[in-house]
Amino acid sequence: MKVGIIVFPGTNCERDTARAIEAVGSQPRLLWHTATEPLSGCDAVVLPGGFAHGDALRAGAIARFSPIMPRVMEFADSGRPVMGICNGFQVLVECGLLPGALLRNDSLQFRAEWVHCRVEAPVWGLQPGAMLRLPVAHGMGNYFPDASVPKPDVVLRYCDAHGRVTPQSNPNGSFDNIAGISNGNVLGLMPHPERAISDVLGSVDGSYVFQALVRELVAA
Amino acid sequence: MIEVRAQSSELAAEYGLKPAEYDRILDMLGREPNDLELALFGAMWSEHCCYKSSRRLLGQLPKEAPQVLVKAGEENAGVVDVGDGWAIAMKIESHNHPSAVEPYQGAATGVGGIVRDIFTMGARPIALLNSLRFGHPDEPRSRYLLARVVAGIGDYGNCLGIPTVGGELFFDDSYRGNPLVNAMCVGLLRQDKLTRSAASGTGNLLLLIGNSTGRDGLHGATFASANLEGEGLDKRPSVQVGSPFLEKLLIEACLELLDRHLLLGLQDLGAAGLTSSSVEAANRASSGVELDVAKVSRSEADMTPLEVMLSESQERMLAVVAPASVDLVRAVLDRWGLRSDVIGRVIEEPLVRVLDGGRACAEVPIAALTEAAPSYDWPAAPAIVRDGKALPRDPLTLLADPNICSRRWVSRQYDQTIQAATAATDDADAALVLLPGGKRAIALCTDGNFRQDDPYLAGALAVAEAARNVSCTGATPIALTNCLNFGSPERPEGAWQLHEAIRGVADAARALGVPVISGNVSLYNESDGGPIRPTPIVGMLGLLDDVAKRCTIAFKHEADTIVLLGPPSGRLDLAMEARVQGVLREAIHRGLIASAHDCSDGGLFVAIAECCLQASRGAAITAALDYFDESPSRVVVSTSNPEALRSLGVAATPLGIVAGQTLSIASICDLSLDQMHAAYDSGLERTLIRNSELGARNP
Amino acid sequence: MSGFLARVYVSPRPSVRDPEGSTILDGLHQLGFGTVEIVRAGKYFEILLEAGSGQIAEEQLDLMCRKLLANPVVEQYRFDLQVESSVE
Repeated sequence: MKVGIIVFPGTNCERDTARAIEAVGSQPRLLWHTATEPLSGCDAVVLPGGFAHGDALRAGAIARFSPIMPRVMEFADSGRPVMGICNGFQVLVECGLLPGALLRNDSLQFRAEWVHCRVEAPVWGLQPGAMLRLPVAHGMGNYFPDASVPKPDVVLRYCDAHGRVTPQSNPNGSFDNIAGISNGNVLGLMPHPERAISDVLGSVDGSYVFQALVRELVAA
Repeated sequence: MIEVRAQSSELAAEYGLKPAEYDRILDMLGREPNDLELALFGAMWSEHCCYKSSRRLLGQLPKEAPQVLVKAGEENAGVVDVGDGWAIAMKIESHNHPSAVEPYQGAATGVGGIVRDIFTMGARPIALLNSLRFGHPDEPRSRYLLARVVAGIGDYGNCLGIPTVGGELFFDDSYRGNPLVNAMCVGLLRQDKLTRSAASGTGNLLLLIGNSTGRDGLHGATFASANLEGEGLDKRPSVQVGSPFLEKLLIEACLELLDRHLLLGLQDLGAAGLTSSSVEAANRASSGVELDVAKVSRSEADMTPLEVMLSESQERMLAVVAPASVDLVRAVLDRWGLRSDVIGRVIEEPLVRVLDGGRACAEVPIAALTEAAPSYDWPAAPAIVRDGKALPRDPLTLLADPNICSRRWVSRQYDQTIQAATAATDDADAALVLLPGGKRAIALCTDGNFRQDDPYLAGALAVAEAARNVSCTGATPIALTNCLNFGSPERPEGAWQLHEAIRGVADAARALGVPVISGNVSLYNESDGGPIRPTPIVGMLGLLDDVAKRCTIAFKHEADTIVLLGPPSGRLDLAMEARVQGVLREAIHRGLIASAHDCSDGGLFVAIAECCLQASRGAAITAALDYFDESPSRVVVSTSNPEALRSLGVAATPLGIVAGQTLSIASICDLSLDQMHAAYDSGLERTLIRNSELGARNP
Repeated sequence: MSGFLARVYVSPRPSVRDPEGSTILDGLHQLGFGTVEIVRAGKYFEILLEAGSGQIAEEQLDLMCRKLLANPVVEQYRFDLQVESSVE
């Protein structure tokens, strides 16, 4: 199973993401943003975290016009799985593959901390109610929904250690504590599952997310 | 034809050269230098570039050890062998004066500069740390500096994708007009990929990569040593603006070029820009360089050759490339969207020749700019050493004190987990970063005092504490980098402080068997309020053979015995310090220790409280000791096997046991965890938000 | 007292580098807008304030810019002012 990982200038989580994909038994393929080869060789596509184009203007605003993006959008239209992590989520939102916008954290500061998330919808075989302990690291993770389009599925919400969705457990002011959303085969989340794949790093819950990706990739 | 104009000592002074230095230049050249040549001397003979006030003293630092692959002073950073064919490059550097003028950009470009020093060695940067000092946070300007410096460090480091895994922050009146911003970077490389900066091989080309050259930071190398708060704050054109996105592209492109063996040498551009990087590269190869400033891409119009040679525009690297490889190199750079200019070549004569569109406009022997740089032994006279200001002794007030409380307000602005290799950060006394393979890890920390007036102790204790923090994780200290921040050495007390601090660092490093592999000296940290306290800062590297055996701060089990390892009280005894650390590491390795925490500011009380806070556990402490004494060489450990600790060869004083949810220390306190959290967790926030976090830009 | 609407423009000083502006410029070029030569990125504020006269309003805005809205070390500012409403 091949998973294409899109690399923009300024992307910096691609190697971590590749390792996480290998850890669940799939083959990662790093794809530079100007690569011309077709994406048909991939079973899934991941847009990893980082600071594409230094987040100039708006995070993801310039990356969404990269040469490879029309093919990513075709890939998504064909129903195959696309996952955007952090900056990747920002790119998906900028190009309209996911609705809404990701604004500056309400604290106006970059926030890097471990959070709890609760799975809210049975997307990609994820179990509603399952709790994931994952790290966030972002300055613009405050999800703002677009009222003019159909609502996406909320996949993950920030919660406390007991699974209660509370304002205190929300690291960025995100509407309704939204940490991740999905539009069918396209999923975007702000936390970094690729950094939570071993006990020594603090959590293995990230593997659960990549296993869901593989499940979806097999089903598609 | 080289233009020669009549010069005078006054012009030399404008370039930071003393009359005696100017005379020396006349002697060496046998003629008067022209304007540009004088500026080259001004830059290369500045304190920042040639360490004239400290070079001889630094000679006493222990630099050799079997694990050292690149010694202090050889290259841009020191490098040590960490086994399995891997090596670590490490360095700490100051950016104090720019941070006083524009704290966000000063701190950001400080990070940029130290990161370039690391990847220029062929190492991928894997961790950042820092050490910050400001005036008391009751002052609006100090709060402003803190907020902007932290934002600058965070934005630059986070964008580069390098985790900031550790640091320290202290407040003291002594730093009121002179904040200290010391940035440390650590990089990982395969030993066979080690890259040097020598510009060797006559005919090889010099390629300037990255940012275009503008008037940023002009005369910054001399600016770094100017007294601030007087004219300094008006030196606005000198502000350098950083672009972490551009630096990220530089890192990836350079590492790819080095991996493919397309570069013969690589040097970063820092203070004194193109001048220092080309001259130093030539010096290391005993060769010469010829540069044509007309070939340098500019961001501003009408720049003179002098401005091009001294510009401190950020995010630029100088590469030495074989002529046959240039096209390949530029193809790689193109892919990364990076501009490059062939600006010169390596020549055989050991001089630097500057051309402007082919017309010669300066020519100076390399040795005159480097080997012949002045070296001063300023007269030293001891100063009165006052007792450092004491911390409050009321337990809750102490926990909430801005110098003791939680630093989470700072650390959560730094990405600590990027690169998915961070095994410990503020849950242990030193950060732990995994080495490839996942079993071994390096330990990293920064340490320095903020209340110590005795410069010898400031130096020795900085080394001792940094090593102790590393040892508390179970790791063995193997190398250190140091940043020596002082006032003016031209005052006898200042010279004495420099002497004594370096002697302290040297003694402690030797006693603990840790080589000094790199460092930086920042002098003239003075303002109208006088000089700063002598502030040697140490960055320590340790090696942990099995990360599964790492030791963290939090108490682990109810009913474990809490033990004080080390002499309950006393003056610094370096042999004892070494013994205590050795015993501690051995005990951790043998599984005898459940938790370990270094005892420093705030004494035993703060150490025990922090072990409780991290664990959400209480403790019943019954031993009769001075819980606010800050004697060195002591560690608070917890264990289920206290008897085993008694036969290790150092004092092991039982203090009490881990118990319940309250910290009770007989006749001192009986505090609930909630009370302690309330005081400790938001100490900084309360201080910052009391007026406005933005504080005030102007004093 | 009258109401004034100020439009404040804060941008990098000419001698100061603007990495964000350069990156946006590259982005515009990539999109085919090859005729764009320079992009400088800044901030825009709309401020409604009451003041006794236009002159006073200007003085106040000037102070606001110098103390808070712009960082004079690296930024410059300008603003225009219009009467928003009159209060009897």
